[in-house]
Amino acid sequence: MTRELTIGFLPLVDACLPILAHEHGFAEEAGVSLRLVKDMSWATVLDRLLYGHSDAAHLVAPLAIATTLGRGRPAQPLAVPFVLGLNGNAITLRTQIARQVRPEGHMGEPVQVGAALRRVVQERLAAGSPLRFGVVHRYSSHNYMLRYWLAACGIQPDRDVEIATVAPPFCADALAQGEVDGICVGEPWNSVAVEQGVGEIVLSSAQIWRRGVEKVLALREAVLDERREAVLGLIRALCRAGAHFVDPANWEQNAAILARPQYLDGSAELIRRAISDRLLISRGGALIHYPDFMFQYREAANFPWVSQAEWLYTQMVRWDGMAFDPADAAKAARVFRPDIYRAALLGTDEPLPGASSKVEGSLAARTVVGTQQGAMMLEANSFFDGKVFDPNHIEGYLSSLP
Amino acid sequence: MRIAIIDESAARASIIQEGLATLEDCELFVITDRRGLLARVAEFDPDIVLMDLGNPSRDVLEEYFVVSRALQRPIAMFVDESDDEAIVASVDAGVSSYVVDGLAPNRIRPILDLAVTRFNAFSRLQRDLADAKGKLAERDTIDSAKRILMDTRGFPEPKAYAEMRKAAMNQGKRIVEIAEAIVTAHNLMGGA
Repeated sequence: MTRELTIGFLPLVDACLPILAHEHGFAEEAGVSLRLVKDMSWATVLDRLLYGHSDAAHLVAPLAIATTLGRGRPAQPLAVPFVLGLNGNAITLRTQIARQVRPEGHMGEPVQVGAALRRVVQERLAAGSPLRFGVVHRYSSHNYMLRYWLAACGIQPDRDVEIATVAPPFCADALAQGEVDGICVGEPWNSVAVEQGVGEIVLSSAQIWRRGVEKVLALREAVLDERREAVLGLIRALCRAGAHFVDPANWEQNAAILARPQYLDGSAELIRRAISDRLLISRGGALIHYPDFMFQYREAANFPWVSQAEWLYTQMVRWDGMAFDPADAAKAARVFRPDIYRAALLGTDEPLPGASSKVEGSLAARTVVGTQQGAMMLEANSFFDGKVFDPNHIEGYLSSLP
Repeated sequence: MRIAIIDESAARASIIQEGLATLEDCELFVITDRRGLLARVAEFDPDIVLMDLGNPSRDVLEEYFVVSRALQRPIAMFVDESDDEAIVASVDAGVSSYVVDGLAPNRIRPILDLAVTRFNAFSRLQRDLADAKGKLAERDTIDSAKRILMDTRGFPEPKAYAEMRKAAMNQGKRIVEIAEAIVTAHNLMGGA
């Protein structure tokens, strides 16, 4: 029997797994028929999810936690049984500023770029026109990664700079119009700004946190219970789409599919660059290969680690100015559902980690980890400042942050 | 009551404006341009903001409302849990609404209901337009097929049409489907 699931998404490269699961027939083979609904804002993707227009959604990870905790609107418990990808965002600055903070033609290094940027920030602050950044949503990984980096470099986000929300399709325009000096956004929107000559890429989010959680597959908790079998099939299909997506033999074809009008409606060339970890950081320059710029499949990247949800909660406490609340922390942790991920993939070839939580940022080198199924090796997952997040000591971690 | 209508479709905005203009004591303000959106909203200082769900600036506006709490004028999405039906209706129609805190629900409801009605009316208009366009295209296809039959079989016009109608009735199809088949076959056989 084929079950139908409607999935909402925003036209971004990391909406790739549900799109490819549908286009390559992986979903149908797993007994699920997908209907994909494209929207232009996270607010609308979320509205459709909450009011039943969609069963599941491609969502910025912090928004799933914020919705569950009732930040900005009545609380509605969401569940995340699958992570759609890690990283894949970049920080693009107006050309003139970019050249002041990093060696020309090269990707910067977070500590040095931060130190140089701090001087620009101080000058602009003294001149009465603070530096302005655009991020795609208040509750986005973009916002949290940008703030994490700035704060660790001695730049206080809410005092020294301004951070506003800019819709991804308008990021290049906002740079061109001088509405913002920098953007933190996913692909292809950094590349669009570079191609238009209005900005240059200085850092990728993978340099701030080597394995940072990015987009997730979110459902209403009640829908996950009602549609459990369909969701399990969907997870198996998404895993196959992940394996297909990272195989260089398929890059050309997948870029062409994602570029179609009903999906990203954009340039196949720019999409192909992102999925092959290649970035044009300045117009007219050479393509730079930054390994694991996007991270969609290896090392069980899609496993919803409870510790990732808890880290996101710490950043919400930090930047929303909330007090730490153990009950909220527990609610946030429960949003990520490794139990569902395991149930879907038990007995398949996909590796399943033995633990459901890990100390984030603790691995400096390749490490073999214990598994419930298959073999698994995790590579370095450090934060650029060397900090480590131990989910057993959330309060201690919070008080150690600048 | 000050109502801002934010819609990138000027046509739809004016249909909504026309509908709301019948309300008493309402001042309307329409914004169709993305640039300078927040400044114009701030200047108008609305009690209610209506915005289409397809608008890419929704996240920008919501962020602004969060920040504007500091301005003693809290605005939130209209998500009164006791009134789920109204929200579902507006999401279905494709409109989102934001309301100044403390505004009485009985003042909001008629405005929302009207907005939903007008949004639905606009969708209906668009559907009708698409239908009309489709019908025109169908008539073109039938005309082409008729001309092919007249040229290749030497039928006079009424007979060409009657032949197609007969084939449609015999095969249980619509005339336009028969006409499409004739045009396709003719093209495949090298006709232009």
